[in-house]
Amino acid sequence: MRMKGVSLSEFFKKYTMILALVLVAIFFSITTQGKILYPQNINNLISQNGYVFVLAAGMLLCILTGGNIDLAVGSVVCFAGAIGAVMMNSGINIWIAVLVMLLTGLAIGFFQGFWISKIYVPAFIATLAGMYAFRGLSNVVLQGYAVSISNKTFLNIFGGGADCYIPDFIGKGGSLNLTCLIAGIAIAAIYAIVTIRRVTVQKKMGIIQNTAPELLKAGILCAVVIWLFYKLASYKGIPTVLIWVALVLGIYNYITNRTSIGRHLYAVGGNEKATALSGVNTRNVFLFAYANMGLLAGLAGILTVARASSAQPTYGQGYEMDAIAACFIGGASAYGGTGKISGVIIGAVLMGFINQGMSIMGIEANYQRVVKGVVLLLAVMFDVLSKRAKK
Amino acid sequence: MAKILLEMKNITKTFPGVKALDNVNLQVEEGEIHALVGENGAGKSTLMNVLSGIYPYGTYTGDIIYDGEVCKFSHIKDSEHKGIVIIHQELALVPEMTIGENMYLGNERGHKFAIDWNTTYAEADKYLRMVGLEESSKVQVKTIGTGKQQLVEIAKALAKKARLLILDEPTSSLNEEDSKALLDLMLGFKKQGMTMIIISHKLNEVAYVADKITVIRDGTTIETIDNHGQEPVSEERIIKGMVGREMTNRFPKREGVKVGDVQLEVENWTVHHPLYPERKVVDNVSIKVRKGEVVGIYGLMGAGRTELAMSIFGQSYGANISGSLKIDGKPVRLRKSIADAIRHKIAYVTEDRKGNGLVLSQSIRVNTSLANLDQISNHKVIDEDKEHAVAEEYREKLKIKTPGVEQLVGNLSGGNQQKVLLAKWMFAGPDIMILDEPTRGIDVGAKYEIYCIINDLAAAGKSVIMISSELPEVLGMSDRIYIMNASKVIGEMKASEATQENIMAAILKSGRGE
Repeated sequence: MRMKGVSLSEFFKKYTMILALVLVAIFFSITTQGKILYPQNINNLISQNGYVFVLAAGMLLCILTGGNIDLAVGSVVCFAGAIGAVMMNSGINIWIAVLVMLLTGLAIGFFQGFWISKIYVPAFIATLAGMYAFRGLSNVVLQGYAVSISNKTFLNIFGGGADCYIPDFIGKGGSLNLTCLIAGIAIAAIYAIVTIRRVTVQKKMGIIQNTAPELLKAGILCAVVIWLFYKLASYKGIPTVLIWVALVLGIYNYITNRTSIGRHLYAVGGNEKATALSGVNTRNVFLFAYANMGLLAGLAGILTVARASSAQPTYGQGYEMDAIAACFIGGASAYGGTGKISGVIIGAVLMGFINQGMSIMGIEANYQRVVKGVVLLLAVMFDVLSKRAKK
Repeated sequence: MAKILLEMKNITKTFPGVKALDNVNLQVEEGEIHALVGENGAGKSTLMNVLSGIYPYGTYTGDIIYDGEVCKFSHIKDSEHKGIVIIHQELALVPEMTIGENMYLGNERGHKFAIDWNTTYAEADKYLRMVGLEESSKVQVKTIGTGKQQLVEIAKALAKKARLLILDEPTSSLNEEDSKALLDLMLGFKKQGMTMIIISHKLNEVAYVADKITVIRDGTTIETIDNHGQEPVSEERIIKGMVGREMTNRFPKREGVKVGDVQLEVENWTVHHPLYPERKVVDNVSIKVRKGEVVGIYGLMGAGRTELAMSIFGQSYGANISGSLKIDGKPVRLRKSIADAIRHKIAYVTEDRKGNGLVLSQSIRVNTSLANLDQISNHKVIDEDKEHAVAEEYREKLKIKTPGVEQLVGNLSGGNQQKVLLAKWMFAGPDIMILDEPTRGIDVGAKYEIYCIINDLAAAGKSVIMISSELPEVLGMSDRIYIMNASKVIGEMKASEATQENIMAAILKSGRGE
């Protein structure tokens, strides 16, 4: 019986944030009379917070290297978006504009990464400098005005304007978007099959003894996916931005879990000296994290200007903080070395829920900020306390 | 019989799930030096934490009788008030602050809102002279060496009007010379009537300085050995109490030693200090190692052993490195790259496993594969199942005691951490293994297992270099011994010819600047 008690408390520790997420969802379902779970609101939650997911994925890699953050991402989002908007406005091919936006982000990332990794400028300072500089340059590029984007192809692909859904190929018309629903079921099915195969192999090799918890976890996840896509299908279908978000999260989940460079990020954050003495070029790991952050900031810039159909000098303000908060709420350690993409997803969804829920309840934006601040503090407090209890 | 200053009676302290102390008894007479010895985790530090009030009254059972009265300390301040001062193993000084500021940190002179700096520095200087330091108390702590910092700690304790001074591993980071000076200082204090408790792993020091030695094993007091005889008590005698049996074989025998060709040859190797380029930390050193051979490098801390090893290992230490390196008879030019050294099948197992060796926040599995990720990956994509199998294999081979390889390395004991570190470098597949203080800070049982692993490595044809400052270990394990002192190799001996006496004699001779 004692064993069971131990595993239960461990369960709570491991899934604190998921439980918090469920509680927050239940809370807002009650206070909004279930409105927060309306298909339209679920949809908004994804499209409004797309940038958070993208930026937080990049931010996680920076944080992993030792709690380092990138303060410049909000400004880089704005700068890359501004360049793209101006280019498209002057009639340049949109693919060239997209490429230039991504490369702009990447170049800025490299630039900042260079100072941090080779010159040993503290990340906080190097990116604070970038935050000022690129905000200013955005203004210069836009000459202080909003530049609107009218290119339909660009807006459709990157999820802008009103028409930002994957068209329904299968069910012509109808109230339920069949393409979306089928996609959801297919994703759940593929995930289930992959998990079952992995678990059987691992059991055979003796890596895990009990397959039930893994399978249960996968089952719950599949149910959530199908439920999510059902909600989306009842509205207008899959928002295009979800494709980009899913792509980014998928790729970065893979990088952090399964590749050498991912492993190096965790190792550097855990013990830089030991990692260096294991033959890893640790400075290049820092460079990678920041260059990559720049690239993702470029992508977030594209998504942001596409969503608003314009670029303005004020865009992206505070985005860096949203991304950082999502990482920490999602369990990344402020000292580096631990944190996962799955945690980032939970952190970003939790923040999205709180934003959305309070908006529906009609709470003023200023108080929303207060609540976000409190949630961040509580999340990190939980993390610190549970780690201390372990010792 | 002298007066009993401190008596700890039937002290029992439990942590969730563990009984750390079980009916421990300790009697300390006024004016004696009392040593506490025991393996890691035996409960020495816990006992001292009970005494100093870090574990407050009520969290343990039993009585502390100090100076004739029962004490109920609920805070470290309470015990300090009574004159019980503990000096912890890790130095607790702020490097950026001056000696004086450090000595009166939390104990400031003058008023809380108006510190009297004149009194502070005057008093600090007085206590510094008492411990034999000539430095001004206005000097920043970071500018003095570790040995002197330890003395500052003692001066700090004196400034608190200590009657009973507890020193937890005071010499663990000191070289031989500083250690000796510290022990003599303790003997001097004893003459002045101070009572001291010393916790130490270094049994020769304990035998040298202590009047009585209390042995703690598995949370209980085993015995108290009197050390007033003509001859100091022997180390074997103390070890017997610590491990509960006579350690007749502290070093495992090596069967069928087959020494092959020369694998690594280092010639005229000179390394300069990275910050003070005019200083040579390794001076014209030439060594060679044969396949299947265990070569010991003995030297005191600061003799240049670690510097030699790290400079060979991909120039991970030092500046202006010159000299030649041959592997299997072929000259090799190693670039300034550790990855390059690993490719040439060299491994360096650091002396500082927590600082330079392991990622404590990661699992045994992740640590085991870190230096050789390519082996378990496919185009930089890690095969976790393969990785798990590898970690599992080494867990069994090296007898790492853990529920599983997913266990975080930070949760393991020192001996097991050392084994994980060895596993990591064995998996890197080296031919030449440089082991720097492979048994530092681990208990006697685990040491024996590490020695067995070293013998297995040599039997498998690896060239092993073992750096150590424990003479018995070097003598017991090596086939051949190099002696280092003051950046130079000052002697080479076959194991059969080497004795404690002639090695020390060689060092003394070179010290005289022959």
